[in-house]
Amino acid sequence: MSTPKIFKKEEWLSVVNGLRNKYKVFVPVKDGDIHLFKELKDGTKPDFAYSNTRLSPKGIVYPQSERMFECPLEEGKEGAFILKESPKEFVPQVVLGIRPCDAHGFLIVKRNFDNPQYQDPWWVQRYQATTFIGLGCNDPCPTCFCNAVGEGPFGEQGLDIIMYDVSDSYVLKPVTDKGKELLSGLGGRDANAEEIKAIDEIKASAISKMASPFSIEPLRSKTQLDLFNAPYWEDVAFACINCGTCTYLCPTCWCFDIQDETYKKYCDRIRNWDSCMFPLFTLHGSGHNPRDKKFQRVRQRFMHKLKYYVDKYGDGVQCSGCGRCVRYCPVNIDIRHVCKLMCM
Amino acid sequence: MKNPYLPYPVRIEDIVVETEDRNLKTFKFKFLNPEDEAKFQYIPGQFAELSVPGKGEIPIGIASSPTEKGYVTFTVNKVGVVTTFLHNMKVGDIMGIRGPLGNWYPWEEMEGKNVVIIGGGFAFTTLRSSIVYMLHPDNRPKFKRIIVVYGARNPGLLLYKQELMEWEKRDDIEMHITVDATDDPNWKYNIGFVPAITEQKVKSSEDAYAIVCGPPIMIKFTQPVLEKLGFPPERIILSLENRMKCAIGMCGRCNVGDQFVCKDGPVFSLAKLRTLPPEY
Repeated sequence: MSTPKIFKKEEWLSVVNGLRNKYKVFVPVKDGDIHLFKELKDGTKPDFAYSNTRLSPKGIVYPQSERMFECPLEEGKEGAFILKESPKEFVPQVVLGIRPCDAHGFLIVKRNFDNPQYQDPWWVQRYQATTFIGLGCNDPCPTCFCNAVGEGPFGEQGLDIIMYDVSDSYVLKPVTDKGKELLSGLGGRDANAEEIKAIDEIKASAISKMASPFSIEPLRSKTQLDLFNAPYWEDVAFACINCGTCTYLCPTCWCFDIQDETYKKYCDRIRNWDSCMFPLFTLHGSGHNPRDKKFQRVRQRFMHKLKYYVDKYGDGVQCSGCGRCVRYCPVNIDIRHVCKLMCM
Repeated sequence: MKNPYLPYPVRIEDIVVETEDRNLKTFKFKFLNPEDEAKFQYIPGQFAELSVPGKGEIPIGIASSPTEKGYVTFTVNKVGVVTTFLHNMKVGDIMGIRGPLGNWYPWEEMEGKNVVIIGGGFAFTTLRSSIVYMLHPDNRPKFKRIIVVYGARNPGLLLYKQELMEWEKRDDIEMHITVDATDDPNWKYNIGFVPAITEQKVKSSEDAYAIVCGPPIMIKFTQPVLEKLGFPPERIILSLENRMKCAIGMCGRCNVGDQFVCKDGPVFSLAKLRTLPPEY
């Protein structure tokens, strides 16, 4: 791997703007009291001194709402009633400043959308067109637990470049060839030994701020039925109001709905993010609903993330430890607590 | 890039009203492009998404058999938005089919065995596909006895009546048609619930597989009968239904434990289902 490059913070914005010649660039931006990933345009002020965005960046690869197909619904019109793919461009894009947990989240989701039998063409093409430049976390939040789910505040999984915030500079280290290529066009100067050593100190300091990781190992050995029939689910779900905030903010929740929308004599087939928290998600045409009770839906969310995914892919949980669901759950349901219950 | 969500365009070739309550119709589709038909290679037990542009998609078991060339058929119960719209469509109308989807009955495992088919109500569609498939001269020698128990609430609700009568006449398939009740004095078949008729007529589980499709209540009471007859859970084969959207294991709603009914199913052995949460 090539040497890490170092950039002064005061020159960083112009470097980042230079990327716009080749890429659509997404950066964290302060919006009111929160941060969100937004496209970098003239006048956009990125804010890299953020802890994390309220909404995960999953929508950059997997939009909340996306047109799949379309066709006219008019007898005699060319292509009437025959759905055609809606035209789309997959322009090269960069997610700059993504946290390692969120980049890891894309890898977790990839197993769903890009598997040997089926490939979701939109997710896959947009993911391939994306370069991820991660920003290591000097100050993990109290709700962060990436260290318990196979990552860390400076983890490199799913990243093409990792970026370190070192006092008045950013140090960028390429992780993949894609990242190396992007970095070679950015300028900067080679980081020296002392600057690289500073990274190690930052890493150690960040890790020392995190709670020691809890074990997820016992999730493997228990059976699905043992966990499904465990006595704690009604208690876990008691306060839940099925608002769906957890699934909406989550970088690894991928469930979606497909709906046809019509305007006059034209049809669009659209897919929208959906949520296992909603009873309609599983309602049969007959009126029967396998998960008609709130606790069943809450159980499904945790079982999917912490057991079904573990069994299906044999490699980790469907959670990247970003802590959004913990921070923003209006009734303080905490996946770390549930995970510990399941491991007991 | 191949798009697994894109339906093949088809034309409705024929519509048959199957039941007296007119709630079930069989639709016969022809592919607009012959190359799509070549790609639509299915095995009995699989399903497809019927796609009505402007309304949506519905997962429906394939009722035709791969031995029947040139078309595919689906029997559809009128329940919701898409099925109601479909019921009002006409011969010649254009729509879409996406598939084939899901797994199939364990045909290789069942070779050389007796096959007991147990169906109830309108869940007889992929069983019809299976019977036509097994009775094809190329396939019939691969199986020993074929025993069918098929029941409906009354004679007017039986599907595929003409074919049932033809199968009744054959000596290479043992038919046990039954209804819960009838006031037809000329009814010459069985009267009784499917589990009871199964117990009376099937008698033995020796070297046999049972494929069971029907309403939950029928399945619930047929299972103990089959076990009493000595069928091990590995040889009791069920086909599940759950709400679906993508039908390729991605959209997340049809799961039963870590299994997706759409992609890992819809066909599961009772032995497998017993290891999974009963969310169906």
